[in-house]
Amino acid sequence: MRFPYPYPHFCIFFSDGRNDDHLLVRSIPEPGGRGYFGEWRILSMGVGGGACEESFMRQSGRFGEFGGVFVPQILVPALEELEAAFLDLREDLVFHDELDELLANYAGRPTPLYRCRNLGAGTGTTLYLKREDLLHGGAHKTNQVLAQALLAKRLGKKRVIAETGAGQHGVATAMAGALMGLETRIYMGAKDRERQKPNVQRMELMGAEVVAVQAGTATLKEAINEALRDWAGSFESTHYLLGTVAGPHPYPLMVREFQRVIGREAREQILRAEERLPGAVIACVGGGSNAMGIFTDFVGDPGVRLIGVEPAGRGLESGLDGATLGRGAIGIIHGSRSYVLQDPEGQIRESHSLSAGLDYPGVGPEHAHLKSIGRAEYVSVTDAEAVDAFFRLSREEGILPALESAHALAWALKAMEAGALPHLVIVNLSGRGDKDLEQILRYRGESREGGGHE
Amino acid sequence: MSERYAKMFSALAAKGEAAFIPFVVLGDPHPQLSMGILECLVESGADALELGIPFSDPVADGPTIQAADVRALAAGMKPSMAWELIAGLRDRGHDLPVGLLVYANLVEGPGRDRFYEAAREAGVDSVLVADAPTLEAKPYVLSACRHSIEPVLIAAPNTPRRHLETIARWSGGYTYVVTRTGVTGVEREADFRHQGLLESLQDFCAPPPVVGFGISTPEHVRAAVSAGAKGVIAGSAVVRRIEGNLGQKEKMFQELGRFVAAMKEATRPSPLRGDGAVARGHGAGAPR
Repeated sequence: MRFPYPYPHFCIFFSDGRNDDHLLVRSIPEPGGRGYFGEWRILSMGVGGGACEESFMRQSGRFGEFGGVFVPQILVPALEELEAAFLDLREDLVFHDELDELLANYAGRPTPLYRCRNLGAGTGTTLYLKREDLLHGGAHKTNQVLAQALLAKRLGKKRVIAETGAGQHGVATAMAGALMGLETRIYMGAKDRERQKPNVQRMELMGAEVVAVQAGTATLKEAINEALRDWAGSFESTHYLLGTVAGPHPYPLMVREFQRVIGREAREQILRAEERLPGAVIACVGGGSNAMGIFTDFVGDPGVRLIGVEPAGRGLESGLDGATLGRGAIGIIHGSRSYVLQDPEGQIRESHSLSAGLDYPGVGPEHAHLKSIGRAEYVSVTDAEAVDAFFRLSREEGILPALESAHALAWALKAMEAGALPHLVIVNLSGRGDKDLEQILRYRGESREGGGHE
Repeated sequence: MSERYAKMFSALAAKGEAAFIPFVVLGDPHPQLSMGILECLVESGADALELGIPFSDPVADGPTIQAADVRALAAGMKPSMAWELIAGLRDRGHDLPVGLLVYANLVEGPGRDRFYEAAREAGVDSVLVADAPTLEAKPYVLSACRHSIEPVLIAAPNTPRRHLETIARWSGGYTYVVTRTGVTGVEREADFRHQGLLESLQDFCAPPPVVGFGISTPEHVRAAVSAGAKGVIAGSAVVRRIEGNLGQKEKMFQELGRFVAAMKEATRPSPLRGDGAVARGHGAGAPR
C-alpha cells in the first residue's frame, strides 16, 4: 500500500506572471506511469509560458523551513528562467522521449539491482546493491546531467559550467558537453584536482576545460563559489549545471526529480525480486543527490527506513569531519537554508573527508527537511571504515565501489553484523571506485606503517 | 530611522554634488589598522562609508574583495570587532552615514534580531545583505526596521519591474544600483547606460540611487553621476590600494587619501561644462 507523498510543499501555487491566476498542482502516485515525472498532475489549466519579461518564481523553493533563493539579485532572473523551463519541460513529451532514449541507450538505464552473494551471509539480512556504478560515466551523476544538458539546449545556451568535487559530476558534464556540442568549463578545487587526477584527465579528453580553484579550502565549496561568480556574469549564454540537490531553487527540486529514476527502478526491481519492500534504503550523503534519488520514491512507504550516511572523516570527535547533518547548525550557504558546518558567528567551517565527493560543509535542503520531520535518519562512518568497506566489496563481490558509496556500504555492513538492520536492505552503490585506487592504496599504506586501523 | 542618509543627500543636493562612498572590508589587512583606514577615508572626503564584515564564502565578490576577506579572517577579524570599530568611529565624532555589506549567514549566525540590534547599538545606519534578493529579503527588512536600521536592496539591470517596485518600497537610505552583470571588481567597468533603470526606480519613488560595481576612476564617477546617480560606491579600487601597500602604512594612507579625494572631486559639478552634476533627464520615462 502506498501513501501519497507526505510533503506539504507538494501542494504548490503556480502563477503565470501576468494575471496572478493560481493553479493547484499536487503529487498523485501514478502506478505504472511512464515518463520521469509521472507523479505530477496539473489540476487546472493555464500554465504561463516561459520567458515573459515580468516572470518571477512560480514556487517558493522551500522544503519546510529549508531551501530558498539566497543569491545576489543579479542571478534571480536566471533562476526564474531556469525554473520556468524546468516546470514546462516536465509536461513536455518530446523532452521525455529524448531523455528516456539517452538514459537507455547512451547511459545504460535501467541499472541492475544486484543481490550480494557473499556480503551479509549469515547475518539474517539480504543485501541488495543498486548498481549506479555501472552507469556510463561511472556514477549516478549522468542521470541528471543529461537532463540538464537537454534543458540548457532548450534554453538556447551555448556554454555550460559546473563544479566538481570527486570529479564524477565534472566527468558527466564533460560527457554531456561533448555529446551535445556545448562549450564546457569545470571548476574544481585545487586539492580535489590533485586527489582525483584520473577524472581530470577524463574531463580534458572529452574537451572540457578544468579550472583549478585555489581559494580558501580549495575543495568543492570553493568550486561552487567560483561557478556562481562565473554565472553571475555569464548567465545569458551559459547554463550552470549544478551537480547536486543543493544550491538555490530550483536546483534542489530539479536535480531530485532528474535523479529519482534511481529509486523508481529500485522499488520496482525489489518488488519483482522479493515481492516486498525493503526494510531500509541506505545511501551516502555529501550534497545528497544519490540519496534523494533513491529515497524519493520510498518516502511514501512508511515501513522503509531511509538512512543517509555522512563522512565522519577522522572521527566526529576530531572535528575533522564532513557530517553536516550530524554536526552542523542551520545556516545559509550556496543559495539555500540548510544545515551547515560553521562556527558560532556564521563563518563556514572546513569539512574533512578522504572522499572528495563527500567533502562539503553544506547539504541539500530536502535532507534537512527529512531530518527535521523524522522521515530519514542520518548517521556517519569514518574514513577508515569506508576504506575497509571498499576492500570488503572488492574481495567478496568483485566490485570496486567509489569511496563515497563505500560509506553507505560501511554503515550497512556494520549495522547488519550488529543485527540492527531488517531482513532486506538496499544500498545505493552510487559510483565505481577506479578513480580512488591510488588514494586508497596510499591511505592503506600510510595507516599500516602507522600501526593503523587493521 | 537614522536621518544620516537623508541629511547627507539634501546637503549634497544643495551643493549640486553626489556622494562618494568608499567600501573596505573591516579588519583588512588586520583589525589594528582598520580605524586608521576608516579615518583616512573620512578625512579625505568620503561622504559615507560602506563596510564589509569578512565572510568565508563571499559569492558576490570578485578576486580583490575575496582576498581582503581572506586577509581579515586570517588576521582574526570577528563580527564583534566590527561593532567595536564602528562604535569607535562614532566616539571619535564622525557623524557620516555608515552602511554594512554582509552575507546572510553572518546575520543568521547570532540571529537576525540580535544582529540588527548590535548594528544599531554600534551606530550603523544601513545593512545590505548581498545574498538576500527581493525573494528572500522580507525577514531582513522587517528586522532592520524593528531596529531602526535602513535596509538596502540591490537593483540590477536585469531586475524585472515587479521586483524594482519591491526594492523601491523596501529600501531605505539609498538604493544600491548595479549597472552590469557579474561580481564586484575592477576587471569589468560599470555600464553607464542605466537611465532606464534609474527612471524606473524614480517612478517607484525609490530612495536615492547609488551606483556600485566596476567604479574605479573619476571618469566612471562623472559618467554615473551624469546618468543620474546620486552617489557612487567604489570597493575593489579602494581595496587594491590597501592590498598594494601591505606593511607600508604611510604609503597606504597616502594612496587611499589621494584616490578618495580624486573620486570625491569627480562628484562635484564640472566648472568647464557648467552643468549641474546631478542634473537628470526629466520626463516620465516610458516603462521598459
